[in-house]
Amino acid sequence: MADRITLQSAYGEALKDLGSKYTNLVVLDADLSKITQTVHFGKAFPDRFFNVGIAEQDLMGITAGLATTGMIPVAHTYACFATMRACEQVRTFIAYPHLNAKIVAMSAGIEEGWSGVTHQAIEDMAIMRTLPNMTVVAPSDAFLTKKATEAIIRHQGPVYMRLGRNAFPVIYDEKVSFTLGKAIPLKEGKDVTLIACGIMVEKALRAAEILEKEKIAARVLDMHTIKPLDGGAVLDAAKETGALVTAEDHLVASGLGGAVAEFLAAHWPAPLERIGLQDTFGETGAPDQLFEKYGMTEKHIAEAARRAIGRKK
Amino acid sequence: MPVSKELIQGLERRANGLRCDVVKMCHYAGSGHPGGSLSAADMVAALYFHFMRLDTKNPKWEDRDRFIMSKGHACPVQYAALSRRGFFPEEVLWTLRKLESPLQGHPDMKSTPGLDMTSGSLGNGLSIGAGMALGARIPKKGFRVYVMLGDGELQEGLVWEGAMAASHFKLDNLTALVDYNKLQIDGENKDVMGLEPLVGKWQQFGWHTVEIDGNNMTQVVAAIEEAQATKGKPTCIIAHTVKGKGVSYMECAAEWHGRAPTGEELERALCDLGEKGGKA
Repeated sequence: MADRITLQSAYGEALKDLGSKYTNLVVLDADLSKITQTVHFGKAFPDRFFNVGIAEQDLMGITAGLATTGMIPVAHTYACFATMRACEQVRTFIAYPHLNAKIVAMSAGIEEGWSGVTHQAIEDMAIMRTLPNMTVVAPSDAFLTKKATEAIIRHQGPVYMRLGRNAFPVIYDEKVSFTLGKAIPLKEGKDVTLIACGIMVEKALRAAEILEKEKIAARVLDMHTIKPLDGGAVLDAAKETGALVTAEDHLVASGLGGAVAEFLAAHWPAPLERIGLQDTFGETGAPDQLFEKYGMTEKHIAEAARRAIGRKK
Repeated sequence: MPVSKELIQGLERRANGLRCDVVKMCHYAGSGHPGGSLSAADMVAALYFHFMRLDTKNPKWEDRDRFIMSKGHACPVQYAALSRRGFFPEEVLWTLRKLESPLQGHPDMKSTPGLDMTSGSLGNGLSIGAGMALGARIPKKGFRVYVMLGDGELQEGLVWEGAMAASHFKLDNLTALVDYNKLQIDGENKDVMGLEPLVGKWQQFGWHTVEIDGNNMTQVVAAIEEAQATKGKPTCIIAHTVKGKGVSYMECAAEWHGRAPTGEELERALCDLGEKGGKA
């Protein structure tokens, strides 16, 4: 079994390291600093760390205000609260004025597991993706998360980045590079393309192994940036492999699957199967039990690939 | 510091000029919110023409004082102040709410020169102001932040999250001004959702408070001076005002919250304000 590291631990370390390089970096948390791992930045740079308490709308308002003064504020909380409790603050006061503010959210997806629906954000990418000006990022492992952290801070404008809760399998090493809006090709293939983000990337790689035994060559893309979507990579995949599968720990509506479906409909219609939650909430349970119950394992991705290939004209 | 009679009279004339602009702007736009713009005009005039350090040649000067019209529907009076202060020509005022106007129906910081923050969705300005005030502290800048709140918007829970944070962080460079005109769309505050005891609420949240007649320029100037001199905590100026102040038929009338005057009504309004037959 591959090593597993939480994205937050990599993120917290990266953030602290960036604090010296970016002297206008300001970190805000809402009583979750030990979980979001912003506590390390807070200890290193107490003058640039603010815990606003359990008040997520206030968190986003203060973040917006700081951004107008030339700081680069990064707001942290759970994905549910960042995107739903404080949705309007993010939309009207961060996205609309195109402020240089970042939102990094934890516990996205049913991977969150045991806390149940109240704490499992399965709509967050959909909500953030529909906001004009917003960039949406979902890294797949700890090494990519580190690189993504500096990339979003360097990016001029609002960014939403979703992280998980439990340890994610390691896919990359410290040599990986991250470019916003540019998918990472993980495996070449000509029969079908598996496009995944976050925790589902490793499952897509395993699905490709399953398919390989059946002589099906699956291309695998780590679509870490959901918006702006890497249209070039999707177009190449549609033209060159003729069938696609998306996989995300999120509703298939309006998330990664939605984004790819919209792109294909407009540019190159091709068979697409979407793995993720199908218009349903999750529930309490161990992440692996939930992925099995809701049809989100490598086995389900492989099945979806066969269906997509079967639909080729 | 004793305040000169000349200063007060000058600011009163400014406020009156802003009121004339407001009724004209709403008339030409065919919509807009005159009532809450008129009640706030004296405080806006004092801030923009006496207290706030600004640079019209460099609207984004990073050390400038900031103003957030949290009750964003009252933007006509802020737009008028920005124009009269010199951020953009008068004729721009008459484009309010028109397609591609820099003066959006509610404030958009990306469109209007000199405008510090987008607003209009109620209850948000105080948290944002707290963020700005924190931003002044990190690189030790000396600017001050003023947030104009409507009374009705104090019914939004987020205002009190912001109040708690501003007090917790001891933001003495932040001043809230409550335009307490007692009216909101559906009627009187006390009937819709009562706010009292209002001064006590702010005090309990750890704020220094000053209670004034917000349409009395001498009291307005003294209150803002008191806020500037108060250290260790933010100040809230609870300003009792008259909605529609200065226009006889708009005063204390909730229906003038969001209605534009007709041509005839505009003439009457300008007469009330002492500007005879004055079309722009």
